[in-house]
Amino acid sequence: MTDTALATQVEVILRDHAGGEGAALPVLHAVQHAFGHIPEAAMALIAPALGLTQAELRGLVTFYPDFRATPAGRHVLKLCRSEACQARGGQALIEAAKARLGVDWHETTPDGAVTLEPSYCLGLCACGPGAMVNGELHAKLDPERLERLLAGLLP
Amino acid sequence: MKVWLPRDAAARALGADAVATALISEAARRGVRLDLVRTGSRGMIWLEPLAEIYTSAGRTAFGPLTPEDVPALFDSPETHPKALGLTEEIPFFKRQTRLTFARVGLIDPLDLAEYETQGGLAGLRRALGLSPPDIVTEVTDSGLRGRGGAGFPTGVKWATVARAPGPRKYIVCNADEGDSGTFADRMLMEGDPFCLIEGMTIAALATGAAQGYCFIRSEYPDAITTMTAAVAIARDAGVLGRSVLDTGQAFDIEIRVGAGAYVCGEETALLNAIEGRRGTVRAKPPLPALQGLFGCPTVVNNVLSLATIPIILSRGAAFYRDFGIGRSRGTMPLQIAGNVRHGGLFETAFGITLGEIVTEIGGGTASGRPVKAVQVGGPLGAWFPPALFDTPLCYEEFGAKEGLVGHAGFVVLDDTADMAAYARFAMEFCAVESCGKCTPCRIGAVRAVETLDRIAAGEAAALPLLRDLCQTMRLGSLCALGGFAPYPVLSALTHFPADFGLNTEAAA
Ligand SMILES: Cc1cc2nc3c(=O)[nH]c(=O)nc-3n(C[C@H](O)[C@H](O)[C@H](O)COP(=O)(O)O)c2cc1C
Ligand code: FES
Repeated sequence: MTDTALATQVEVILRDHAGGEGAALPVLHAVQHAFGHIPEAAMALIAPALGLTQAELRGLVTFYPDFRATPAGRHVLKLCRSEACQARGGQALIEAAKARLGVDWHETTPDGAVTLEPSYCLGLCACGPGAMVNGELHAKLDPERLERLLAGLLP
Repeated sequence: MKVWLPRDAAARALGADAVATALISEAARRGVRLDLVRTGSRGMIWLEPLAEIYTSAGRTAFGPLTPEDVPALFDSPETHPKALGLTEEIPFFKRQTRLTFARVGLIDPLDLAEYETQGGLAGLRRALGLSPPDIVTEVTDSGLRGRGGAGFPTGVKWATVARAPGPRKYIVCNADEGDSGTFADRMLMEGDPFCLIEGMTIAALATGAAQGYCFIRSEYPDAITTMTAAVAIARDAGVLGRSVLDTGQAFDIEIRVGAGAYVCGEETALLNAIEGRRGTVRAKPPLPALQGLFGCPTVVNNVLSLATIPIILSRGAAFYRDFGIGRSRGTMPLQIAGNVRHGGLFETAFGITLGEIVTEIGGGTASGRPVKAVQVGGPLGAWFPPALFDTPLCYEEFGAKEGLVGHAGFVVLDDTADMAAYARFAMEFCAVESCGKCTPCRIGAVRAVETLDRIAAGEAAALPLLRDLCQTMRLGSLCALGGFAPYPVLSALTHFPADFGLNTEAAA
């Protein structure tokens, strides 16, 4: 994408949220939705529009785990690490996923296919272990079901 | 053929959409007219996807279903291998007292007319006939305490906001539900969103607020979609907007989406997030009730607190207060989770014992092994061993056992669990999620992980240091993240010293 195309899209997002109270999170969500991350060039436009300094804006992007300053892989796999999922075999599932993908938390497979992120509860605590793949929830995972899920994501 | 099937996120994660597709194509293949209603979940998560079919006797349940089970539903439902009988006769369901969750699973969540038929808007209509102080009195008299964790009396909070001077006032619904082992807020928003909207509107009438925000965590895409749609429907129907039910009073709601930070469930961090700042915790005072969102008086309430308001107004304070024990009045939607046979949502009056919850209702562990411990109230809650199973569910009794009710999540572990690993995880979680504003939480959690590792490596002499550190975190943290993170650690140490390689005296 050219810088002008990016700028046009960011301007539209900013205009959509102009005048709203505390628009920073909605704007960042919209920008991330549009580009998959918060591009450097977008930050330069967002900060003045929201009345923030560059430092404040970067502070937001780094504080909130959902926002990324660099692109993720083509697919994002989130696995729940928390107690209720651990109680149902979550740890074994996490180890299987890390081994299969060859990555640790927050890393992307070398082919750019999958980024692995931790979650600390997806609301699936009575039917864990839970996972989210590109925003879709999956419950009662075990290593075999995970393998089938991953097979659909890996080239 | 009339069929109800949940659109609840857990049911969908267990394959409800594939069952819906199978129902539709099987009906088409047979030329049967299918009336398929997607509802919230009835809360029996171990039976999801659970479909209900209309029969002359009532709604009959089938589950857990796979697409392969669908054709037989059309042939002979009576002899279907997944038949469960009448939904409301299933013991897990029958034993409940459903006040807050009365309509969840029953109705199409986005059908406002059905909402009204099933008792919806009656509370708001009654509130519109009362003066604001009388609405607050009704809530105070009901004995309702905040369901988000701290258990603060809701009526007292509203009275403070109602009296506070300010150019504008706000109603903020805390739908950040980050605690592991909890999902009641999600189920309510997905299953009966108008109930939450009605509760927020009554709060606005009582306090003089014209704008509300509902802050939903991004991990709940279905709840976000349903709430967004419900707000638009309510606005079109004149329930929200410039003139609530043609009374001339304005109130509107905006849905805001979180961004993955657990600490934003803490009310002042949540306000910062809505304002567009980093979700760091603010020092109190000032209370949010006096200087909250954008410095204005603000009600911050949990989803369940707000969704319980309509029934309190429609049935009266005394009706609600008559449930429960001691200073814990009314009902609590329990979330039974982890290694448990019958996991799900169970709403009941306060007073039921922990043992009844885990053993009778939850049916013990899913693995069939003995229960080792239950964590109550989320990742900052204490671990209870079976020896404490006679504790009745009640804010004071749980406090007396060095624990908390919190948002009433119950995470069950079997005897294979390593409590030292769970203790370490609690502090690791605190370190990851700390907002960084106060030192005891930001640094303390990291040091606690290191100290727990030393103890695990056999260095029992590090134990006094851990206890000292926990004391510092408890007393010195700005909010309950650092302040309560010691609970799961110290309770694990007290009840399960052997898991830390310690004998009972060393751990005492
Ligand atoms: C770290 C932390 C996380 C919290 N998370 C939530 C949450 O997800 N939902 C919630 O309603 N309250 C949460 N709370 C409690 C809120 O600060 C606040 O007490 C509550 O929203 C008030 O509403 P209530 O009186 O209706 O319970 C949290 C508190 C802390 C310290
Ligand atoms: S603890 Fe894993 S989904 Fe809630």
